[in-house]
Amino acid sequence: MSTTWPLLSVITFLPLTGVLFLMLVRGSEANVATNSKLVALWVSGFTFLLSLFLYFGFDPNLSGYQFEEQVDWIPGAGISYHLGIDGISMPFILLSTFLVPLSILASWQSITHRVRDYMIAFLVLETMMVGMFASLDMLMFYLFFEGVLIPMFLIVGVWGGAERVYAAFKFFLYTLLGSVLMLVCMLVMYHQAGTTDIPALAEFDFAPALQFWLFLGFFASFAVKVPMWPVHTWLPDAHVQAPTAGSMILAGVLLKMGGYGFIRFSLPMFPEASDLFAPMIFVLSVIAVIYTSLVALAQSDMKKLIAYSSVAHMGFVTIGIFSMNEQGIAGAMFQMISHGLVSAALFFCVGVVYDRLHTREISAYGGVVDAMPRYATFFMFMMLASVGLPGTSGFVGEMLVLVGAWNRADWVAILAATGLILGACYMLWLYRRVVFGRAEKPEILELEALSGREFMIFVPLTVFVLWFGVYPSTLLDIMEVAVRDVLGQIGPVQTALR
Amino acid sequence: MDLAQTFSAALPEFILIAVALSLVLVAAFDRSSESEAGSMKLVRSLSLGGYGLAFLSLLTLSSEQVVLFNGLFATDGFSLYMKGLVLLGAFFASWLVSDGWGEGIDRPEFHLLVLMAVLGMLLMISAHDLIALYMGLELQSLPLYVIAAMRTNSLKSSEAGLKYFLLGALSSGMLLYGASLVYGFAGSTAYADIAASLSGDVPVGLTVGMVFLLSGLAFKISAAPFHMWTPDVYEGAPTPVTALFAIVPKVAAMTLVMNVTYFAFSGISVQWAQILIALSVASMIVGATGAIMQQNIKRMLAYSSIAHMGYALAGLAAGTAEGATGVVIYMTTYVFMGAGAFSIIMSLRRDGAPVERISDLSGLSSSHPLLAAGMMVVMFSMAGIPPLAGFFGKWYVFLAAVNAGLVPLAIIGVLTSVVGAFYYLRIIKLMYFEDADAPLDEGLSRQNRLVLLTSLAVIILFFLGIGQLAGTADTNVQAFF
Repeated sequence: MSTTWPLLSVITFLPLTGVLFLMLVRGSEANVATNSKLVALWVSGFTFLLSLFLYFGFDPNLSGYQFEEQVDWIPGAGISYHLGIDGISMPFILLSTFLVPLSILASWQSITHRVRDYMIAFLVLETMMVGMFASLDMLMFYLFFEGVLIPMFLIVGVWGGAERVYAAFKFFLYTLLGSVLMLVCMLVMYHQAGTTDIPALAEFDFAPALQFWLFLGFFASFAVKVPMWPVHTWLPDAHVQAPTAGSMILAGVLLKMGGYGFIRFSLPMFPEASDLFAPMIFVLSVIAVIYTSLVALAQSDMKKLIAYSSVAHMGFVTIGIFSMNEQGIAGAMFQMISHGLVSAALFFCVGVVYDRLHTREISAYGGVVDAMPRYATFFMFMMLASVGLPGTSGFVGEMLVLVGAWNRADWVAILAATGLILGACYMLWLYRRVVFGRAEKPEILELEALSGREFMIFVPLTVFVLWFGVYPSTLLDIMEVAVRDVLGQIGPVQTALR
Repeated sequence: MDLAQTFSAALPEFILIAVALSLVLVAAFDRSSESEAGSMKLVRSLSLGGYGLAFLSLLTLSSEQVVLFNGLFATDGFSLYMKGLVLLGAFFASWLVSDGWGEGIDRPEFHLLVLMAVLGMLLMISAHDLIALYMGLELQSLPLYVIAAMRTNSLKSSEAGLKYFLLGALSSGMLLYGASLVYGFAGSTAYADIAASLSGDVPVGLTVGMVFLLSGLAFKISAAPFHMWTPDVYEGAPTPVTALFAIVPKVAAMTLVMNVTYFAFSGISVQWAQILIALSVASMIVGATGAIMQQNIKRMLAYSSIAHMGYALAGLAAGTAEGATGVVIYMTTYVFMGAGAFSIIMSLRRDGAPVERISDLSGLSSSHPLLAAGMMVVMFSMAGIPPLAGFFGKWYVFLAAVNAGLVPLAIIGVLTSVVGAFYYLRIIKLMYFEDADAPLDEGLSRQNRLVLLTSLAVIILFFLGIGQLAGTADTNVQAFF
């Protein structure tokens, strides 16, 4: 794949051009709704197809960045329009472009008012997400990172549930507070290094005393995004109130921005500080894994349960990243991708039954398998993937993380492993209460079977979860060199540890 | 310097004088004609044409420094840029008024007074001497006092005018007192001479004078704790006047502060930096917290403008070229955000009567999608959310602050901007998340639409031109150093 044309820019901004098309849609309200959905689906589908070129054109054996584009933006100030991908960002871009069309399909019938605005928000969101993962300039990264807030705020606030306003505000202000602290640190880094170029910054040696503060600033932002305990409380609220597709994207992609940030910024740029803070992060992550798993056990709302389980799974991610070894980081990456697919599917599972019964109370269900056997199958598969059953993608990520953690600090691995058991408890219990048992309530028996559209959403998700579970090297091969690059940038600390 | 050169360097000012004077005649003689609307239209077009012509004349001037009138008046690239900004803002504000806005202000006097105020602002920007500074400032302020009280049948408007006048007079007094102290200790009123006198031991009197001078100016940019008049005047004045207040005078006053600090008192930057830091922190906090409880959108924007001045002052406090560039960029975005916000507020009417309570915005997105989308963009931009224009202003001023070692100031700044985000979000929440109680009038006038679309385009596409703008601003502010 030649890089004569700016493929990354095209993929990033293609959804925005879709917004222009959406604004042109005219006609009666029903027409506008239908056409908006079609335009959004086509545009995002085409974006996904284009992003496949990234996958096939990517050479996993090369270190450094590929598909690079660089244009002077603010001349003389070391700030440029700089895009590029490596084995760490490429899977996330594919994940984003893959999940957006599925999310749009998932909203096909559940979104009935302001369909056009909804689709605009989703396409803007896609541009922001892809741009964030593709940015190789810190200022650009920040623009996209923050820009995500705007469409997501609207998606939760306009199309969400009863408490949507509270949830949207909480989401926005929490993340904004984190990001502005990161912004100050970016200003300091720019002041020190005279550039905002990410590869250049990764090579720059910040004084250890300064790293301490910079790390904390970035940590504030990424910890909220991940989210880590105790700043995770926005997540259950946002998830419960968001529409199904909003939850899918939120869990699928947005939570990954924090983990990605840790790998892209914290580790290579502040290696000494990362090393220093790693024990603290382990403690917070272990608390996240165990505590939120216990909280998940106590939930009576399906979405809230899955939201808390996301916090627990993200705890594994932070453990993996700060293990600062190959298995840990690769495992965290794998876990993030896997969680992106699995949690999106799980939220869609909730959405499917919610569309039919309009409740998310677990107690309102029971015996769904009688009415919707195919749904029960998909749900079971995703539930098992979330628990980390071997043969699914969830297993590979968790196992690698535990191996990485064991190499760094065995107590972390031992404590985190208890999270696996708790995870199995709440997921299996959820599944039993919703799907199994006898369908005693008459409305359960009358549930409509899975529609073709819903089937079409489940199938690709299932295929990938299974594929990555059985043949994980598809992903691991892509990431390997990039993870080594990151470890190379950490270098000296790593040897000091051993 | 011969007459022709004088005329060419101060061309925009002379154009405004000529237009203003001819407006007096037009208003006086055309009044008697039977069609009052026709006469108003003429007056309006004349004043708009005046701004346009003055703006065009700026393009013909050189960015080299030219000093006129025995050193009272100087132009350079920086002042030309700021003048352009003022004229653009004044054009927007006057253009918005021409939308048949009642409230008893659609009179020829209004346009005449605004013209005179704008002339005062241009003089402020070019002032190179404390006397010229004062003349410009008063030429700006007096017409503004009058138009704030223009709605004679409204108690609030009269009160606003009176309050503005009394506090403005107080600030003028402080400014004059400071200026006289400076003159007494420096032996001159010219900026250049003051700057020259600041070598070696600086007399305390001079510093005290500078403090008074800055306090007087802080009134004009409504920096806390000299902000008290702002919310009341914003609320009480007729909305088009508020729009004018919100868009233009602060650009000129901020330029004045820059001229005084960066040029006249550059020798004691340690002292004034302390004052600016205090003003900046106070303004950011007062602006962010004061806006939260407001029910009136004009009052809310008043507090928001106090906060904006706080951010701009943070850049100024850095005392570096970078800070000056930051302020220039900040003020540029400020003009467009103000114009955008007020073009929307002035379109909100119910049964023909203007509404200004924040709750009136409820459900705007379903009844007026364009207005709501525009307001949303403006609000996100004011909150400093990228990639909109407001973010870049903040980026540059905080960058300057950090580079000057003022990291705590930058941290306070970003924290208050999170608090600030709350009340900007509240407006978006009302427009998008809630249903309308009583519908607003349909439609958006041509004038408002033009201003709205222009400012939205600038706000949204600002990131494309930021490199260019930063470069221009950077060259322009070099005059200070």
